[in-house]
Amino acid sequence: MGGLRCAEALRRFGYTGAITVIGEESWKPYNRPPLSKEVLAKEVSHQAVAFEERSATADVNWILGTKAVSLDVEHNTVTDSDGQTHRYSALVVATGLRPKRVVVENSELANRFALRTLDDAMALREQLQPGRNVVIVGGGFIGCEVAATATKLGANVTVIHNASHPMLRQLGDELASQMQLRHEAEGVRFLLKRSVDDLIGETSITGVKVDDGEILDCDVLVEAVGSLPNVEWLSNNNIDRNDGVLVDSAMRVTRKDGSPIKNVFAIGDIARFANPLFDGVPRRVEHWNMPTETAKRAASVIAAMLTEAPSYPGILDDDFKPLPSFWSDQYENHLLAFGLTSLADRAELAQGDIGGDCVFEYYRENQLVGVCGIGMRAAVQSYRSKFI
Amino acid sequence: MIKIEVDMTKCQHYGQCVFEAPNIFRLNNDDKLEYTAVADDSERANVEAAVDVCPMQAIRIVE
Ligand SMILES: Cc1cc2nc3c(=O)[nH]c(=O)nc-3n(C[C@H](O)[C@H](O)[C@H](O)COP(=O)(O)OP(=O)(O)OC[C@H]3O[C@@H](n4cnc5c(N)ncnc54)[C@H](O)[C@@H]3O)c2cc1C
Ligand code: SF4
Repeated sequence: MGGLRCAEALRRFGYTGAITVIGEESWKPYNRPPLSKEVLAKEVSHQAVAFEERSATADVNWILGTKAVSLDVEHNTVTDSDGQTHRYSALVVATGLRPKRVVVENSELANRFALRTLDDAMALREQLQPGRNVVIVGGGFIGCEVAATATKLGANVTVIHNASHPMLRQLGDELASQMQLRHEAEGVRFLLKRSVDDLIGETSITGVKVDDGEILDCDVLVEAVGSLPNVEWLSNNNIDRNDGVLVDSAMRVTRKDGSPIKNVFAIGDIARFANPLFDGVPRRVEHWNMPTETAKRAASVIAAMLTEAPSYPGILDDDFKPLPSFWSDQYENHLLAFGLTSLADRAELAQGDIGGDCVFEYYRENQLVGVCGIGMRAAVQSYRSKFI
Repeated sequence: MIKIEVDMTKCQHYGQCVFEAPNIFRLNNDDKLEYTAVADDSERANVEAAVDVCPMQAIRIVE
């Protein structure tokens, strides 16, 4: 997504030269959020989620089904898995994340799924049938969305989560326990502060052994235990790859000594940067609008640099403080949030009623760092001006 | 002037567009999207940003 948005923004900022996108998946860019929601419940196809193609990027050279395997920042080249070497004037790293997996000895079993790609969603969709026993490891947003969708499709769902409530880190105690109640009312069973000890089965999975000894029947295992940044291909360039790629406020990739590489940028889920809206700590933010915002920021700098515009290098010092925005659908509960609720040390009910629609404010000490609502989207929107 | 169209059969009222172009898009008291169909050229960048972030790809700039 970041790659596509960056190509579009480059054209908008007046860059008319060649653009090449190298992508590991064979699909053209598509929208991931529906993969755990409506698309997983209905028909999973590329057509249902593909991003619309715009005329401005009709001449982009797509090299799909091919991985970037190495980078050489001294010679400005990227080598792909077909053995081709590509020279660049500017490079954008937008390789995103891949799911972590549950690590146990008995790991070769069929019917284990993770959810990141369209292919993952297609494979999982086939298995979510009425009456199947679905065990989801990880009660974060993706785990909970899959729990809701699978329940709606008639599966028996159990969620194993290592914290005291699902989505605790982002929602805080009160709202997280409320969402747990709503899932339980739909029939989801939660095993909290628990983890997986072992997987049981001959060729296909049949059971899960929980760390308290309980054995769950399992036809389908969904692993939603977080993700890892795809940074391996950047090795040997002295780049800071500690949890994603460290970038400065112009999205320029930073070396281990803190100096930026002038023509290498990173955007999207993989980019770790400081957002002055909150503080000076660089973080990766896996929120919906971040790939688009970071893509635009990088594109504005790249276009200015490559077209030798008078705004370069002054543009490097422009403010960059995007407000993260995020939503989630679970049954009829529509969550909308912005800011970074996970930074908060306390949450307060601000409007509505905890049993129905409501808005929570999230504070770190006395600074408002986030807002999240169930329903009441207009009310949540009205907080925007408190941040910007 | 620019003309804006939202496909209301696609729109899920997520309100992501409101963040980007608050002068054009808003959510009413029922949390449903309302928008101004014709806007000044000065709003173009904001509306383009809204087009980019709409998760349902429901927004279009028609001219
Ligand atoms: C199931 C799911 C549901 C989500 N739901 C929500 C939601 O409800 N709300 C919300 O706010 N956010 C949601 N998100 C998050 C959002 O989709 C992501 O933040 C966004 O897709 C990140 O974009 P990106 O460009 O950084 O990475 P991606 O879209 O992941 O793009 C990275 C691409 O790079 C490719 N790649 C990796 N390594 C290489 C390589 N070496 N060479 C070439 N290509 C490579 C990958 O195959 C991938 O296609 C969801 C994500 C998922 C997976
Ligand atoms: S962002 Fe898209 S789906 Fe959301 S309210 Fe706006 S038009 Fe509707």
